[in-house]
Amino acid sequence: MKMNRRTFIVSSSAAAGGLALGFGLPFGAKLAEAQADSTPEINAWVVIKPNDTVVIRMARSEMGQGTITGLAQLVAEELECDWNKVTYEYPTPGTSLKRKRVWGDFSTGGSRGIRTSHDYVRMGGATARVMLVQAAANQWKVSPSECTVANSVITHKASGRKTTFGKVAADAARLDPPKDVKLKDPKEWKLIGKPVKRLDTADKVTGKQVYGFDLKLPGMLNAAIKDCPVFGGKVKSFDQGRVLGMKGVKKVVPVGDSAVAVVAETFWQAKSALDVLPIEWDYGPNAKVSQESILATLKEGLDAQQAFVGNQNGDIKAGLSGAVKKIEATYFYPWQNHAPMEPMNATARYTPDRCEVWVPTQDGEASFAALLAASGLPADKCDVHKINLGGGFGRRGAFQDYVTQAVTIAKQMPGTPVKLLWTREEDMQHGHYHPIMMAKLTGGLDQQGNLVGLHIRLSGQSILAAVRPHIVEQQKGRDPLTFQGLADTGEHAFGYSIPNLLIDHAMRNPHVPPGFWRGVNINQNAVFMECFMDELAQAAGQDELEFRRKNMKGLPRNLGVLNAVAERIGWSKPPRPGVYRGLAQMKAFNSFVAAACEISVQGGNKVKIHRIVAATDPGYAVNPAQIERQVSGSFVYGLSGLFMQECTVKDGAIAQTNFHDYPSMRIAQMPKVETIIIANGGDVWGGIGEPTICVAAPAVLNAFYKATGKRLRDVPLKHHGIELV
Amino acid sequence: MVRLTVNGKQQQVDVDPSTPLLWVLREQLGLTGTKYGCGIAQCGACTVHVDGVAQRSCAMPVSAVAGKRITTIEGLASGKTLHKVQQAWIAHEVPQCGYCQTGMIMAAAALLREKPKPTDADIDAAITNICRCGTFQEVRAAIHAAAKA
Repeated sequence: MKMNRRTFIVSSSAAAGGLALGFGLPFGAKLAEAQADSTPEINAWVVIKPNDTVVIRMARSEMGQGTITGLAQLVAEELECDWNKVTYEYPTPGTSLKRKRVWGDFSTGGSRGIRTSHDYVRMGGATARVMLVQAAANQWKVSPSECTVANSVITHKASGRKTTFGKVAADAARLDPPKDVKLKDPKEWKLIGKPVKRLDTADKVTGKQVYGFDLKLPGMLNAAIKDCPVFGGKVKSFDQGRVLGMKGVKKVVPVGDSAVAVVAETFWQAKSALDVLPIEWDYGPNAKVSQESILATLKEGLDAQQAFVGNQNGDIKAGLSGAVKKIEATYFYPWQNHAPMEPMNATARYTPDRCEVWVPTQDGEASFAALLAASGLPADKCDVHKINLGGGFGRRGAFQDYVTQAVTIAKQMPGTPVKLLWTREEDMQHGHYHPIMMAKLTGGLDQQGNLVGLHIRLSGQSILAAVRPHIVEQQKGRDPLTFQGLADTGEHAFGYSIPNLLIDHAMRNPHVPPGFWRGVNINQNAVFMECFMDELAQAAGQDELEFRRKNMKGLPRNLGVLNAVAERIGWSKPPRPGVYRGLAQMKAFNSFVAAACEISVQGGNKVKIHRIVAATDPGYAVNPAQIERQVSGSFVYGLSGLFMQECTVKDGAIAQTNFHDYPSMRIAQMPKVETIIIANGGDVWGGIGEPTICVAAPAVLNAFYKATGKRLRDVPLKHHGIELV
Repeated sequence: MVRLTVNGKQQQVDVDPSTPLLWVLREQLGLTGTKYGCGIAQCGACTVHVDGVAQRSCAMPVSAVAGKRITTIEGLASGKTLHKVQQAWIAHEVPQCGYCQTGMIMAAAALLREKPKPTDADIDAAITNICRCGTFQEVRAAIHAAAKA
């Protein structure tokens, strides 16, 4: 199974290399065979129907973040089409593979949707526009340079003739795609940067939108599944005789060596049978693992001799030994579950000649790879149909366990489509969790209160060691992603200019599977770094904003967002009585982010967040209305994590089972969020969906200290009896 | 056999009477706009109106609503005219992934029937649905806008 998957990944990255080399290719392909209907496409990104409807095809997945609307804006800007006629659709991964990965990367994570595809999708729009104009010019027997184009209408001014995209689309599709098409100067943008409405709202308010959970295929059966609660455990036996007579129950099947599924006419029948199905588990050695034993392992790492270096300069030993004041603190960040509102699911239909999967996925190609591995069929006999996602947050990208399961079940019932739905309990206990991490921070101040040395020792779990081991292998055992927001360079570069710096990681990998959880490692790294900056400033007797500014030499964009939130919150003037403020800043996913908040604390433990001002500098802001929603929405996700969410291990399994013991913020707890967007262009496009999430938690913790004099260093705060009100 | 009225239509379903209303709506009646999120009445994704009152259908046996009037998201609009809450939801672009929004809209519609001009505190008390995308800022704005409509 693993061999198959690896083979696919290697061959698909080889295809990606080819795509990068021959970039003319995607615009040249002649595509009739790939068409679902008879309308020919202008190129991979643009189909124009005779009624002028513009169908934009995108590989990235829309899961609420607005990426499809943003990407369509990028195409439409260059295409010069009527925005009101734009709609979108997903190509399938199988079609993309047949066409040499013409649509590029399907993976929708790492806040990459727009920032790593803006160039080729804009080129797709521009190339299509040139072809449409050429087709009109050919009909009129004039030079295309005499024609103008706007809102899907092509005009030949000299003769006063006009036509529409829909009328020339069929001719345009037959033309050879032009080379050397130039993209617009950002100064000429009319659609990019505008808060246009999302393309996908209407069906979400009527119940018409079909999510994976809602899919219905003719003759389809439903499956419920139970995987061994202890990671690494196996099914010893199950007694299907006890449930086979129950109404609607069709079959009880093993799924791999660790799970059992019941297949029935309806999901409720399948689940009810599964609930009473006697299953004997072989929990395996992990059943002996407890939260205490895991924490002891992490604690040991805080002072271990060996650690992987993520960032260093100067001489940390000399810096700290020369300090007149040394400050030390230990922080902790727990496992957390993604818990998207729609639990995991996938629908599969298998025959020996063909296998198809319908799945809400953040990465159609990862789903496809899982399907190939589980079905054992070649790629040309398989495909994946992407269905709307009820949230993703990183759970539905790299991890395709539900696809593997659905295909494994369907394979045991050839010809019958089977929809596998997870219960919330299954979702809670079989996640790929935000990694568990401790940190010991040691800082040194000189006589004047200058920061002369900082050591951050991270101790805890590596995501890549579990998920992308080849990267860790290449790095001789190091996981570079652990240092997000603290790295020496790149899209997650450290936001301070501290002399004598060492940031290192003692990798300690418990048995609980880690994953990419919205924001990934910036969540804990921002809490560690930004709370400790406050601790250092306070030890130095300095204002927290001023102290940061002194340590941000040569970091103008970090400083820019920090200054923006400080100014908006009114940092230079004291808050009204009973209200306290906190700050934080970081660079993440190539965006610069900062937050300043105002809170009050009643009775020492009831925290009300009145206001969070958040600044994001991604360089380019394609749709400011959606950026605002991503920022304020991410704070719900991040602050739920800060105040109330932790997954713990008991006898090797995750102890939490549903929203009663893994709560999530409600509207009453929602602070007012004011978003500042800074977009001054440049060579690099920053991400949106994740970066800003990380600055809310440290800003609130810093304000809590101001309010109470208590420094909280471990998450979630509910363990301190603290409530968000 | 259990009899119930869903979106104005008399229905008769042949299920175990302990089957939750949610699954009857979704699997027997094909009304998949009402969502499963937790199964224990925590998240509110399954909110419907039972005799005009917002109720969580995932933990409610269908036998408990026999003979009652049930409205789901599919029955909220009057013909082609969307309910004012649905209209406000579109105008304020509330949904992100949208999965919890049908339940959120049903909760908001029930609140407005009871309190046509709700205060922020009324909204805080009545809307306890979970949204993992974090649309609360837009939810609040849209409820106030619908109240003015």
